Amino acid sequence: MSAPYAKLPGWVDYGLIPLINLAVAFLVAGLVVLAVGESPLRAASLMIEGAFGYGEGIGFTLYYATNFIFTGLAVAVAFHCGLFNIGGEGQAYVAGLGVALPCLWLDQVMPWYVIFPVAILGSALAGAAWALIPGWLQAKRGSHVVITTIMFNFIASSLMVYVLVDVLKPAGSMAPQTRTFAESGQLPRLDWLLSWVGLDIGGAPFNLSFLLALVMAVVVWVLIWRTKLGYEIRTMGHSPSAARYAGIGESRIIIITMMISGGLAGMMALNPIMGDQHSMQLDFVGGAGFVGIAVALMGRSHPVGIVPAAILFGMLYQGGAEISFEMPEISRDMITIIQGLVILFAGALENMFRPAITTFFATTGTARAGKTLPAGE
Amino acid sequence: MNDLAIELKGIDKKFGLVHANKAIDLRVRKGTIHGIIGENGAGKSTLMSILYGFYQADEGDIFVGGRKIEIKDPNAAITAGIGMVHQHFMLVENFTVLENVMLGAEDSQILNAGIAKARQELKRLEHEYELEVDPDAIIEELPVGLQQRVEILKALYRGAEILILDEPTGVLTPAEADHLFRILEQLKDQGKTILLITHKLREIMAVTDEVSVMRRGEMVATRTTAETSVEELAELMVGRRVLLHVEKGPASPGDVLLSVENLTVRDSRGVDMVKDVSFHVRAGEIVGIAGVAGNGQSELLQAVSGIRRAVRGKVWLDGAPVDVTGKDPSDLRHRGLAHVPEDRQHMGLVLKFDESENSILGYHDDPKYLNGLFLNIEAIRQDAAAKIEKYDIRPPNPRLKTANFSGGNQQKIVLAREMERDPKVLIIGQPTRGVDVGAIEFIHKRIIEMRDAGKAVLLVSVELDEIRSLSDRVLVMFDGRIVGERSPDTGEGELGLLMAGVEDGQEAAQ
Repeated sequence: MSAPYAKLPGWVDYGLIPLINLAVAFLVAGLVVLAVGESPLRAASLMIEGAFGYGEGIGFTLYYATNFIFTGLAVAVAFHCGLFNIGGEGQAYVAGLGVALPCLWLDQVMPWYVIFPVAILGSALAGAAWALIPGWLQAKRGSHVVITTIMFNFIASSLMVYVLVDVLKPAGSMAPQTRTFAESGQLPRLDWLLSWVGLDIGGAPFNLSFLLALVMAVVVWVLIWRTKLGYEIRTMGHSPSAARYAGIGESRIIIITMMISGGLAGMMALNPIMGDQHSMQLDFVGGAGFVGIAVALMGRSHPVGIVPAAILFGMLYQGGAEISFEMPEISRDMITIIQGLVILFAGALENMFRPAITTFFATTGTARAGKTLPAGE
Repeated sequence: MNDLAIELKGIDKKFGLVHANKAIDLRVRKGTIHGIIGENGAGKSTLMSILYGFYQADEGDIFVGGRKIEIKDPNAAITAGIGMVHQHFMLVENFTVLENVMLGAEDSQILNAGIAKARQELKRLEHEYELEVDPDAIIEELPVGLQQRVEILKALYRGAEILILDEPTGVLTPAEADHLFRILEQLKDQGKTILLITHKLREIMAVTDEVSVMRRGEMVATRTTAETSVEELAELMVGRRVLLHVEKGPASPGDVLLSVENLTVRDSRGVDMVKDVSFHVRAGEIVGIAGVAGNGQSELLQAVSGIRRAVRGKVWLDGAPVDVTGKDPSDLRHRGLAHVPEDRQHMGLVLKFDESENSILGYHDDPKYLNGLFLNIEAIRQDAAAKIEKYDIRPPNPRLKTANFSGGNQQKIVLAREMERDPKVLIIGQPTRGVDVGAIEFIHKRIIEMRDAGKAVLLVSVELDEIRSLSDRVLVMFDGRIVGERSPDTGEGELGLLMAGVEDGQEAAQ
C-alpha cells in the first residue's frame, strides 16, 4: 500500500513544524493567562525579558537548560532503542550520591579539577546502576521499563530521604542536607563565557557542567550514529525482529542502553550539587527528569534538537519564575500549566498539523521535485 | 440498455507527492468476471479502496449500475451493492460463521430475532450459490478456504451485486483456488459481477472475461481475455518484454552442506509447527519447499537460520553441528550461512534506515565496516554503492531511506547483502513476494547463478510456479511435516494434492 505522507523538506520537518506547535502552545497558554485576568502580551514579554533580557536571567536560563540537556539526552538514547525510560528523575536523584560522596571525602585534600572527573564518573555509575535493575528486569523478565522505572523513582525518593536524614546530615543540623562542600568541591562558574559578550551573570549558578552537557550532546550523537553499538541500538529500536535476524543480542542491548541512559540522567546531578548548592539537598532534581521526556520529544531525540529544546524549557523555568514574581495572579502552578501545554502540543500532538502542512507543500510544489516518489510505492 | 455494473471516470488520487491513481477510466460489464492486474504499487489496491469507500478520490466520478454515486465510506459501498473480500480476512476468529456473517448487520440490539433470520438467509445463500459452510463452526477451526467462503457469504448477505476479491488465492492450495474459481463462475451465472485483483497472470487467463492492466498508477489497457496472452499481459504490466520462463541448466550436486535431522520447532504459542523434519541440501542444488502458507515453513527457516530455538533435532552446516537450542544468527553467518528472510520489511530490513545501513545488517561486526568501535561510514557507503551498481538497485542512492524503495528494489538490497558474502549455504524465503515482474526475472537469475557457483540453496515459497521452475528437488510441507519429495517436473495437480495433505494413492477427499 502507498505511504500515507510524502517526505517533507528537512527544514519543514525539523524547523517549521516544531515552531508551529510551539506557537499554538503559547497561544493556548495565552488564553489561560487571559482567563485569570492578566494580559498575555505582558506575560510573554515578562517571560522573555526574564529569561533573556539581562545577564543574570540568561545565566539562570542556561543553568536550568543544563539539567534538561542531560535528562533529555538520557530519554533520547533510550528512545532510540525503543525504550521509554521515565526514571530519569530517580536515576539523577540516586546519582547525587556519586557526586556528593567524592566531594565530601576529597574536598579538603584535592583541587576541584581532580574531584570533578571523579564526580562525573561517580554520577554516571550511580545513575547507570539505578537504571540497570529495570533494564535487567525488562531484558530477562519482560517487566515493562515504564512501570519499573517509575516505581524506581519512588524507591529512589525514599532511599535518598533516608540517606540524607540518617546518614549524611551533619550532627546537630536541622536541615536534611549534607554539609556545604569546601571550595574545591565547587565547580567554577562560567561568568567569563558570558562576559565575552558583555553580560554579567550576577548571582546565577551557571557553571562548568553546561560545557560538559554540550560535550555529552556530541558524544551521544557519535554514539548513536557513528558507532557499532549505536547501530545495534537503533536496529533494536526500529525493529526487534530485524535485530534478532541480525544476531544482535536483545537483552544485552536493552541493558546497555538503559545503563547509558541512566548514566546520562545521573550526570545531571553535577549541575545542582557541585555547581549551585555546593551540598546535596532534599529533592534537588526538582522534576528535571520528567522535563527531559518533553525535551527529548520536542528535540526529536536528536542532540541538535535537544539542546535548543532544553534552552526553551530553561526559559520557561526562569521566565516563569519572573512572571509569578511580577504577576501575583499567576502562580508557579500556572507556569506548570504552560509547560504542560508545550509538552502537549510539541510532544504528544506532534503530528496534528503534519497532514495539512504536507498537503500544502505537495500542492504548492515547494517540496523538492527530486523527492517525488513513483506512483504507489 | 446500460449493461455496465461499474464505470469509473477520471479517478485521480494523490497521497502527498505520491500519485497513486492517474485519471483512471474503467468499465466493468454486468455479469462478468473482470480481472485487474498490475505490479505491486501500480495502484490496484488504491483504486479498489476508493471503490469500497476506504479512500476518497481527489477527482473523478463513480457510476454503479449507470447511476452516479458518492462512496464516502464502506457503508455507502455496501448500500450500493458492492462487497469486498479482503486479502487478509476481516473475521472475528473466535466467533461462529453465523455471528461473523451478521456482524454489523444485526438489525436490532436484541440478537435472537436477528439470528433466526440470518440463519434462514444463510441457508438460502448456501443453497443458491453452493457455498456450504456449517453456520455454527468457529472461524479459527475452519481451513483457510472455508474462511474465505465466509467472507464471500458476508458480502452476499449484505446484498452485494458486485464482489471485489483482492488477491484471493494467495493463501489457498491449488485445489482450493480451483474451487474458488468454480464458485466465482457460479456467482457470475447468477448475474453477479466480479472484480478480481491479482498479480497471477495464470488466474486471469483461467477465469476472467475481461482484464484491465494497471501500471504506475495508470490504466494502460483493457483486453478481452480470450483475445490476449500471458506474454502480452506481462509486457503491458511491466512496460517491456519479460522473460517468464527461467533458463537453467542441469544441476551438478556436490557434498551435503546443510543437513537437518528430526527437527521439531515450536511457535510462540507452544504449538509444534515443525514436526520431526529431516532433509539435506547439497552444494550446487536448489531444494524447494512447497506448501501453503502457515504449514511450518516460516518456523523451519527461522530455526535453521538460528533466529528461533528448536525443541529437538540436529542441524549440520558444512559438516559441523549447529547448536539448535542456542540462538545466534551471527555465529551461523560467520560459518557461511546467508539468509534472505520471508518478511523483508520487518526482519530483513529496517525500513527507517538508509540503504547503506541496511546493506550491513547482520554483518555490521565485520572489521571492514568498522574503525574499532566506530562505524566506517565511508567504507559502508562505498560498499553499498558497489552493490547498488551490481544489483541495479534503483534509485541508486545509498543514503535514501529504505522505505522509499519499491518492493523489488528492497528485495535486491537484501539479496545483494546476503549473496555478496559468498556464503556456502543460502536460505531464501519468498524471494519474490511483493516484487514486480521485472525484478522477479532478475532475482530468479541470481538464485540460479548462486546454485551454479556451488552454493547449497534452500528455497521456500508459496508460489508453486516459482518452486517448480527454480528447484532441482521439491519437498512438500504440510502441517509441519515433509509429506513428500518430488521432481520439479511433477504435475501441479499431484503437488497440489500433497500440499493439501492428501497422501499418496488416496483419492482427493474434496
